[in-house]
Amino acid sequence: MTLLSVQNLSAYYQTEVYGISRTVRAVDGVSFNLFPNEIYGVAGESSCGKTSLIKVISGNAKAPLKPREGSVNYNFGEYEVDMLHISPDELRRKVRWKEISYVMQGSMSVLNPVRKVIETFKDIVDTHERITDKNKFLEETRTHINRLGLPTDVLNAYPHQLSGGMRQRVAIALATVFQPALIIADEPTTALDVVVQRGVLQMLKDIQAMSNNTVLLVTHDMAVHANVADRVMIMYAGRIAEEAPTESIFSAPLHPYTQHLIRSLPTIGDRSTKVSLKGTPPNLANPPSGCRFHPRCPYVMDVCRTEVPELVTVKDRHRVACHLVKEPL
Amino acid sequence: MSANGKLLDVQHVTVEFHLGGLVGGTLLTAVNDLSFSLENDKPEIFTLAGESGSGKTTLSRLLLRDLVPTRGKVLFEGRDVSTIRKRSEFKEFMKKVQPVFQNPFDTFNPLRRVDAYLFDTALNFGMASNRHDAAQVVDEALRNVGLALDEVRQRYPHELSGGQIQRVSVARALISKPKLIIADEPVSMVDASLRMEIVNLFQKLRDEQKVSIIYITHDLATAYYISDRIGIMLRGYVVESGPVEDVLEQPAHPYTQLLKESVPEPTAKERESWAKHIALGTTEVKEYGRIGCKFASRCPHVMDICRQADPPDFQVGQQTVKCYLYSGQVEKAAVGA
Amino acid sequence: MFKVIRDLLRYDARFRIAFIFLAAVVLLILLSTVSPYDPNKSFVVEMDTPPSLEHLFGTDSRGQDLFWWLTFAVRNSLFLGVMTAIISRVIAVLVGLIAGYRGGWIDRVLMVINDSFVVLPVLPILILLGFLLRDSMNLFLLAVILGLFGWPFDARLIRSQVLSLKERSFTRTAVYSGTSGFWISLNEHLPFVLPIVFATTINNILWSIGMEVTLSILGLSDLTTPTLGTALYWANQHGALVAGNWWWIAAPSLVAIILFLGLYLLFASINEYIDPRTRLRMIGG
Repeated sequence: MTLLSVQNLSAYYQTEVYGISRTVRAVDGVSFNLFPNEIYGVAGESSCGKTSLIKVISGNAKAPLKPREGSVNYNFGEYEVDMLHISPDELRRKVRWKEISYVMQGSMSVLNPVRKVIETFKDIVDTHERITDKNKFLEETRTHINRLGLPTDVLNAYPHQLSGGMRQRVAIALATVFQPALIIADEPTTALDVVVQRGVLQMLKDIQAMSNNTVLLVTHDMAVHANVADRVMIMYAGRIAEEAPTESIFSAPLHPYTQHLIRSLPTIGDRSTKVSLKGTPPNLANPPSGCRFHPRCPYVMDVCRTEVPELVTVKDRHRVACHLVKEPL
Repeated sequence: MSANGKLLDVQHVTVEFHLGGLVGGTLLTAVNDLSFSLENDKPEIFTLAGESGSGKTTLSRLLLRDLVPTRGKVLFEGRDVSTIRKRSEFKEFMKKVQPVFQNPFDTFNPLRRVDAYLFDTALNFGMASNRHDAAQVVDEALRNVGLALDEVRQRYPHELSGGQIQRVSVARALISKPKLIIADEPVSMVDASLRMEIVNLFQKLRDEQKVSIIYITHDLATAYYISDRIGIMLRGYVVESGPVEDVLEQPAHPYTQLLKESVPEPTAKERESWAKHIALGTTEVKEYGRIGCKFASRCPHVMDICRQADPPDFQVGQQTVKCYLYSGQVEKAAVGA
Repeated sequence: MFKVIRDLLRYDARFRIAFIFLAAVVLLILLSTVSPYDPNKSFVVEMDTPPSLEHLFGTDSRGQDLFWWLTFAVRNSLFLGVMTAIISRVIAVLVGLIAGYRGGWIDRVLMVINDSFVVLPVLPILILLGFLLRDSMNLFLLAVILGLFGWPFDARLIRSQVLSLKERSFTRTAVYSGTSGFWISLNEHLPFVLPIVFATTINNILWSIGMEVTLSILGLSDLTTPTLGTALYWANQHGALVAGNWWWIAAPSLVAIILFLGLYLLFASINEYIDPRTRLRMIGG
């Protein structure tokens, strides 16, 4: 059973300021599936389109970001949702926080700085399910917090009294209070220290193991994906470059961009020279023709400049869009 | 010139901040009795690694003379930097000590073209006397970082990538031919695929331009890749320091061991040790206020003595470690004594 | 410069309306140079005639053609407004930039002066000054006085903006490029401060013209100089409404409304245009 099916999705930013019109092709022909009980990583750098993709599939796409074509369909078991055509009311009542929840980079965007943590919990729970029995609610919230390894006294604290890592973990607790089928985590640990990052990611993994739901983890840090994700998708310039189970992608990356992402980063114990990619990430208002990676690719061929490579399955669940790798291996 | 041939000599520096109001409030010791030095004729890359709240940002501001220490001295080329009062003396100092900042998109004014800063630097520090000559100087600095003046001429910051801006930032720092560059988290906000070009550039600067670099970061992997020596900071203390291969391959201090273990590696192996669950503290201020070793609350090898007094520095091979586990070793003599 | 005006004309309806209104005002002002009547004289035409083809706005009880008299009035009022705005903006920017950037005791002293001016009740003081200086009051002196009262709020606004700009990395980059505080304030901080300056300029012009009108109606300004305010004063003095000379009130009011609306719409449209965030969106940021 597929939890989410995204077919050929394109979403562009259309702005018009004083006669200057710009179209940024943030998501261009993206197709992938999410299954229950997995951690799916989306990797890519700034302006690759991953944040725009997340916004569209979670129903948060606001003007000037508009989906142009394609479909985003969820199957939550009892009922199905067409995200591109759902009414805002139904989205708020039935889907948001209950089936799909969102953990963002800054926890302060979900934690109200002038209210205690428990009150923020109350606000969110009350909006989606009227609280009739206050004691029962408090009891359940405490159990939920403890189950995630957090001390109960964070409930009585104000957000600024907690450290950054603790705030992020509280944000995750908030996001999981209704046991959603899908948790979208957008760069949840980017601003955090490495030890704190470890704690936060471990918590995310524990939650996924406990409730068997799906986590969509978006981060540019390949090392995080290596230790957390089951499958990883690499995005470049609005398109999918490669998608595969974690072991496959790290032991044998096929797309030159993925190879670079993995092999260029230094690791402790290895002092061999690492080289950077030449060039810069493309401007999505005016992307390169053909394969959008061709200006920076060390193996570029003539066909790369003119033809867009198709995303084909070359191994078990391993897809890649590159003219170098076309036939199944 | 400088006494005892040191380019930079940080001697028992302590920086204290007063948090809270005039009545009550707490004393935050951001940097505590810190000492290290860089030699004059041996350019090196010295990393100060630590997490948020470790004091590394305070230290970088101290070295750039944005702050004065509460106790201790910072000597640059033999002169105590806090005695620099006149603007002309400050300009001489800035000529030799230049910064590279963390956020490429805030380093330059979004409303100004980036080359304006390069020209300003060239003219203000007397590297050229008119705009025409300054263009030569600017072009040379840019070529040193792998860019050409044409690439960045008349460009606004947002027209360049984070990696390009950081390179321009380094170029600007090089124009006055400094002896020391203080780089505060220079690659943490740069895309992964562009990070190595900056990091490799620092190595080139050390080898070819003979510039020493103080590299402040929380990324142990890049620190390992380019540093000669490293100091690990925790809550204002340097808990371990020494040659980078020794400190990061055979970490002596339990905190360094924890840091190293927590760095996720982009390989399919070694997921076991990273997956081991750890306990996180709730607030940072609590750890600051503790007496004794600041890591005691989280240390797997904690002993009674750790909670009673700050551990002194012990010498373990080439490494200096602030930990009672090594109290059998020789206690390291105070620097500058 | 012309590209800016062309862009605004094409894409901003507010600017188009403002342009038309202000063009009308400027036309009126220019016409004052060719006025067939001397505004300082009385009884040059027939009194109290309603608007007609010969006298577009009618004539008043002093025998002046209202239309031509108002061309001078508008010119003087706008002159007052602009003078006040210039004087107070210059003081506000200087105080704001210096206090914000230098900090320390300079900041404290300047802010004490600033706050003292803020708490002073402007209108009663102006009325008092109007009484005391009635004989020597002229438009220029009024502009200076109003200018000296019009800077405090905005100086504080500018100062807060500078305080936050000081913390930005690019200020430090400029410092390490060897740039002096003066040039940093000018090159780095002023572009961010300009939208505030501009917004408050129009506000200031409107405020000062309004103040002048208030003072004049109360008879405390230089009543021989034609301004929008003195128009209304004399209209009241001669009981215009009672006597049925509605055009004497209507014409200056109409001109004042067009002037105020025009200035306001100009402010709104230009302010958005020079806002750094809009500028960034335009150059593709």
